[in-house]
Amino acid sequence: MLKADSGKLKADFRNIWVVAELENGEVNPVSHETGGRGRGLADTRSSELWIIAAGNLKNIDDLADEFFYADRILIINDERLTGFNDETESELIRRLIEKYRPETVIYSATARGRSIAPRIAVLSDAGLTADCTSLDIEDTTGNLLQTRPAFGGNILATIKSENHRPQMATVRPGVMKNHIRDRKDYQGRKPLFINESLNSLESSLLKNILSVNRSSGIVHSIADSELIISGGRGLGCGEAFRSLDKFAKMTGGAIAASRGAVDAGWVPYSLQIGQTGQTVQARCYIACGISGQIQHLVGMQSCELIIAINRDPEAPMMKIADVAVTGDAVDIVERMSEIMERGMHDF
Amino acid sequence: MKIVVCIKQVPAGNSASIDPETKRLKREGVESVINPYDSYALEEGLILREKLGGELIVLSMGPLKAEKILRDSLALSADRAILLNDRSFAGSDTWATSYILSKAVEKIGGVNLVICGKQAIDGDTAQVGPGIAAHLNWRQATYVSNLEAEEDGRLIAERMDEKGSDRIVLETPSVITVVKDINNPRLKTIKGILEARKKDIEIWNSESIGSDPDLTGLDGSPTRVVKTSLPPARESMVLKFEGDAVYVSGKIIDFLKEKEIIR
Ligand SMILES: Cc1cc2nc3c(=O)[nH]c(=O)nc-3n(C[C@H](O)[C@H](O)[C@H](O)COP(=O)(O)OP(=O)(O)OC[C@H]3O[C@@H](n4cnc5c(N)ncnc54)[C@H](O)[C@@H]3O)c2cc1C
Ligand SMILES: Nc1ncnc2c1ncn2[C@@H]1O[C@H](COP(=O)(O)O)[C@@H](O)[C@H]1O
Repeated sequence: MLKADSGKLKADFRNIWVVAELENGEVNPVSHETGGRGRGLADTRSSELWIIAAGNLKNIDDLADEFFYADRILIINDERLTGFNDETESELIRRLIEKYRPETVIYSATARGRSIAPRIAVLSDAGLTADCTSLDIEDTTGNLLQTRPAFGGNILATIKSENHRPQMATVRPGVMKNHIRDRKDYQGRKPLFINESLNSLESSLLKNILSVNRSSGIVHSIADSELIISGGRGLGCGEAFRSLDKFAKMTGGAIAASRGAVDAGWVPYSLQIGQTGQTVQARCYIACGISGQIQHLVGMQSCELIIAINRDPEAPMMKIADVAVTGDAVDIVERMSEIMERGMHDF
Repeated sequence: MKIVVCIKQVPAGNSASIDPETKRLKREGVESVINPYDSYALEEGLILREKLGGELIVLSMGPLKAEKILRDSLALSADRAILLNDRSFAGSDTWATSYILSKAVEKIGGVNLVICGKQAIDGDTAQVGPGIAAHLNWRQATYVSNLEAEEDGRLIAERMDEKGSDRIVLETPSVITVVKDINNPRLKTIKGILEARKKDIEIWNSESIGSDPDLTGLDGSPTRVVKTSLPPARESMVLKFEGDAVYVSGKIIDFLKEKEIIR
């Protein structure tokens, strides 16, 4: 909201807000990535963490249980908020910002977050940084230090919005996976609820949503997987992804791909990892026939363990991997599946 | 239907570098191309104009050099091309950029639909489209993967997200941002290129669109780049497995078991 040049005006803005992502009343787990980080920022500032939950909420008590680490949960429960309504949600949050004056507002950099955050930022005269991979806050000034990769991941830029409040950021899913799971520290505390309503908003702002298709769901299974087996152009053909898929199915993993493989038409874009695809933070990433260009690396290099299988021992992926395996990727993966199969028969 | 397509010139490939002073993209001496997503936006504009008739205007804010991508759009049969160029625009962040573009859309007047790319590959923010919609107080639809004009004149948009898609009635005026799935951009023809030579590119400045200099450029931008750094290198164990496929596959499985990734 308006330029807050003077220290006095800035002091009017307090607390960290995290806008939860809800669909059909269910909380998308990415909200705990932003929620967990928001908690840390609020602690640094000795201020409160508020969760903003707008939607057709089914069970409000569940929310208190889910966001046990929050200080307050601001609820807007309305059955009209099913589906994705950019205009209504933005206007709603703009009004809440005007009323409660948060210092910082954080969204997930999902399709929804990236659609409403810029709308709200303009309506509220706030600075917004897209797709942050790290967030810190200056404890004295409350200025948010927003870091994001730029120019294809070759450079990290840190961005501030010193003269405006609130300051806003969207956070890249998958990069802040330190969810707060330990309830011990929050025992005896319970988030307080604040109820707000949509009533004063015009229904005419709502979208006319004709149908919703929730069939693909692939993306989610990659982001949530502990083991990802990913293929690149080096696999030579689309058929080879069957071998990867077989191994993934046997091990509870998920398959993914480089842009090389996506551009070749072997797999859909929804499987692409990297700068223009998804970011993952799995426990283990097996890169099969992927050279390891920077645009791919930015999407997977924070996985705990990286195994590279490549014919070329000098490929960049082989240099950053924990385990570099020289050889034909398809052959090796097929044999890995054979070993797994044999292992299963042993029992 | 009066359609505006917003196109941005971006550095080709990975030749981008950063100006140490403004900490923003350096554009001199770098070959520029149309932002790849914006060619899908332009194609969708052309398709709609073919179906519904009307006028298609391409709009770009940038240096004079951006005339090239506008000229190329004229060659693809855009009716008008407007370049927004003013010293006071330099250094604008997404808030200010979308403000400037929205002022130009207002100035053009009578526009029903603004089409943007999903995101620009240099900044990667995907914020300008919704920003324009907000400044204009118009509706928006993002990540649009299909657009149909119905018999009754209604527009139906399909929007994508991580979990699938939905279909909405697109009311006008609206701003949409499009993904690559939406169409296959056409190529220029010699005839088109020749025709385009006859057309003028209109150059508008701050005064032409009535933008407030306090709201544009570095000073009008709420965000500021304060530091740039190189991404930290990854620390890895660097084990090497070499040998025939039977041997190395066994080693990998043992490793995965040891690390308790698989059982
Ligand atoms: C703006 C921009 C954005 C981009 N975004 C992304 C992105 O999001 N994600 C992405 O992945 N890329 C992205 N790229 C593309 C990226 O630069 C690379 O071109 C791409 O990652 C290469 O894919 P690849 O590794 O599969 O193919 P290649 O680079 O062709 O590598 C193939 C590898 O396979 C090896 N190989 C060959 N045969 C075999 C075999 N039989 N067994 C084992 N190994 C074998 C080769 O030695 C080689 O290392 C982007 C590029 C640009 C310019
Ligand atoms: N300077 C600009 N001139 C014209 N259109 C732009 C400009 N910057 C961004 N856009 C449009 O906004 C979209 C998203 O850009 P961005 O928010 O920078 O990722 C682009 O695909 C363009 O359609």
